[in-house]
Amino acid sequence: MLEAVWLIPALPLTGFVILLVAGRRLGDPRAGWLATAMMAAAFLTSVVVFLGLVGEPGEERVFTQTLFPWIESGSFHVDVAFLVDPLSVTMALFVTGVGSLIHLYAVGYMHGDERFPKFFVYLNLFAFSMLMLVLADNFLLTFLGWEGVGACSYFLISFWFEKDTAASAGKKAFVTNRIGDFGFMIAMFLIFATFGTLDYLPALGAVEGASEGTVAAIGLLLFLGAAGKSAQLPLYVWLPDAMEGPTPVSALIHAATMVTAGVFLMVRVNPILGAAPEVATLIAWVGVLTALFAATIACAQNDIKKVLAYSTISQLGYMFLAVGSGAYAAAIFHMVTHAFFKALLFLGAGSVIHGMHDEQDMKRMGGLQKWMPVTGATFIVGWLAIAGVPPFSGFWSKDDILLNAFEKSPVLWLLGLVTALLTAYYMSRQVFLVFRGEERWKKAAPETAPGAHVEPDHQPVAAGGHGTAAAHGAHGDFKPHESPRSMTIPLIVLAVLAAVGGLLNLPFTGWLVLEHWLEPVFGHNLHHVTSTGGTKFALALTAVAAAVVGVLIAAAIYRRHRIAESAVEPRLLQRAWFVDELYQKTIAHPGRALSQWLASVFDAKVIDGAVNGVASLVRDGGTRLRAVQSGYVRSYALYVALGAVGVLLFALSRSL
Amino acid sequence: MKVPGAWYLALAAALFSIGAIGLLVRRNVLVMFMCIELMLNAVNLTFVTFARMLDDVGGQTAVFFVLVVAAAEVVVGLGIIVSIFRRRSGATADDVSLLKG
Repeated sequence: MLEAVWLIPALPLTGFVILLVAGRRLGDPRAGWLATAMMAAAFLTSVVVFLGLVGEPGEERVFTQTLFPWIESGSFHVDVAFLVDPLSVTMALFVTGVGSLIHLYAVGYMHGDERFPKFFVYLNLFAFSMLMLVLADNFLLTFLGWEGVGACSYFLISFWFEKDTAASAGKKAFVTNRIGDFGFMIAMFLIFATFGTLDYLPALGAVEGASEGTVAAIGLLLFLGAAGKSAQLPLYVWLPDAMEGPTPVSALIHAATMVTAGVFLMVRVNPILGAAPEVATLIAWVGVLTALFAATIACAQNDIKKVLAYSTISQLGYMFLAVGSGAYAAAIFHMVTHAFFKALLFLGAGSVIHGMHDEQDMKRMGGLQKWMPVTGATFIVGWLAIAGVPPFSGFWSKDDILLNAFEKSPVLWLLGLVTALLTAYYMSRQVFLVFRGEERWKKAAPETAPGAHVEPDHQPVAAGGHGTAAAHGAHGDFKPHESPRSMTIPLIVLAVLAAVGGLLNLPFTGWLVLEHWLEPVFGHNLHHVTSTGGTKFALALTAVAAAVVGVLIAAAIYRRHRIAESAVEPRLLQRAWFVDELYQKTIAHPGRALSQWLASVFDAKVIDGAVNGVASLVRDGGTRLRAVQSGYVRSYALYVALGAVGVLLFALSRSL
Repeated sequence: MKVPGAWYLALAAALFSIGAIGLLVRRNVLVMFMCIELMLNAVNLTFVTFARMLDDVGGQTAVFFVLVVAAAEVVVGLGIIVSIFRRRSGATADDVSLLKG
């Protein structure tokens, strides 16, 4: 059964190739169904491989399948090979599972788009790359997938490239990721130089014998790569802009799967982090600070997707906090539950945008529960899950992380707790603004908060089968509508998963299915919780209290209007701490100035100067030398005579 | 009385110098041509002298080569001179400086 593993990436690849060739002919919606079918088949294959792996005894759950040698050059040898172990199978399961649901959703969401088949070409290529990334048996093959998902992310963010913002958001994501990829590549060079191989098992097995400095450097560089891909400080800036892409893309790539690749990589190389504890501590701090930082920004965003984007950054921060605390199982646990509830929230947001005819400003929504019952109900499940309300999945995974962080350092725990409070607050704010309260979209000319990000109706290519509703501007004479079945079914499935996903791992009981399942991958690098039952209970209670406080504050402001909304949405937070402006000033402007200088001064003077200089040197030399060519035979004869005398003198001086 | 070899060599050197200087100072193409012949024969004389002094027939062989090459050279050179004189009469070497840079 394990031998079927190659099928998992091969199926989406087949879908990609077929759609590339015949996508246009299949058209809307059959191209979408084909892509969805390929993903579903990949999911079933993953289940088969999973069952095969479960059948093995605990310690023998490692299986490599070599398809063919990829690169052979001297002692450098890389195979196209898959590594099947509990970690990669877990990743493959949730990537294909959540991926299938989002593909299904996209069939409904993208219906009517003029580039419908192309969307699924990219989506299947993305799925293939992501599966190569998680299933790879060596760093280089992972890197192949890593770059593949990066490229697909670029294609899909700027899918509606007619829009300037979308095109530049794609570029921003791509360029920011390059910084991280640079770290990844240097890390690979170091790994090959140190261990002589790029295969995971031998390289990671040899970590203990290597020098501490080298291992720490490798860990740091890999973390740079992970920070780029997973949008951590200071490289997170691309993710909020990535929301320019279609909503299924935001859900699949920029919430559930691709952005977790960095966490996966860190978990995969856990022996390196185990051997370099300082790097692990750094990761924990970067993670928790990112979580807190992004959460504060999410509190003041008005764009329904921007809130979720910052929330994703914040939740990824939690995962890195877990990785840094040695709680790899907790990181994967949160990754899985986050994939459920964040995909749910994004798809719910997409459904709202769809139903509101491409309106993304939450300040122009309100009271939508009545109009979109399924979306509203499922969104509320997602809200409770991410806010950390028991017994929803987010509570268990977040608490697992906070518990581990507490054992690493109480300060980390405290920052994580504040983040949890903020998370509950901004998600409640979103729910209240979108689904409760008065129906603000009825107002003919709703006022817009300063700095709010208002999406322009995304024109003819806009999602949804309401291309004829050209006069969207007049918000008053339309009614929001519930989305079609293909969109609500994934919502319902994800809502169920988000509600009960915690069952994978219940940190306060002996029910640690996921942790035991993943344990062989981590060995002694996994941090085991040592706190007593009382401490655990107290921590959990505090976390729940924080969540409830967050919800209550949001209710006080956005439901009861105790404080003016504008008072809690300072410009500083709306503009995301002006980080974009800071980067613009410190990096983009000097970069532009440097390029200007290079173009106008360096190129004109030095480069052109060198080229023209050679030419004029030759010309001047020729002008001088032409005098020698007099045309008089006697002068040539004189040169010959003088030359002969010179040679003669030289010969004489040598012989004397 | 036997003439010492050094005399022959001195004569050859004198002839060569006369030829070289004549080539440099004269403008008449035919005279310059004769100067070249003079220089060639001065070298021939040197070869023969050394062949005699060192008792090596190689020197005399070289002379034959020089004579043959000189004959060919005279043919080509005179041909050029004749064709120049056909175009313009009484030309000196300095008048033919079309290849001036």
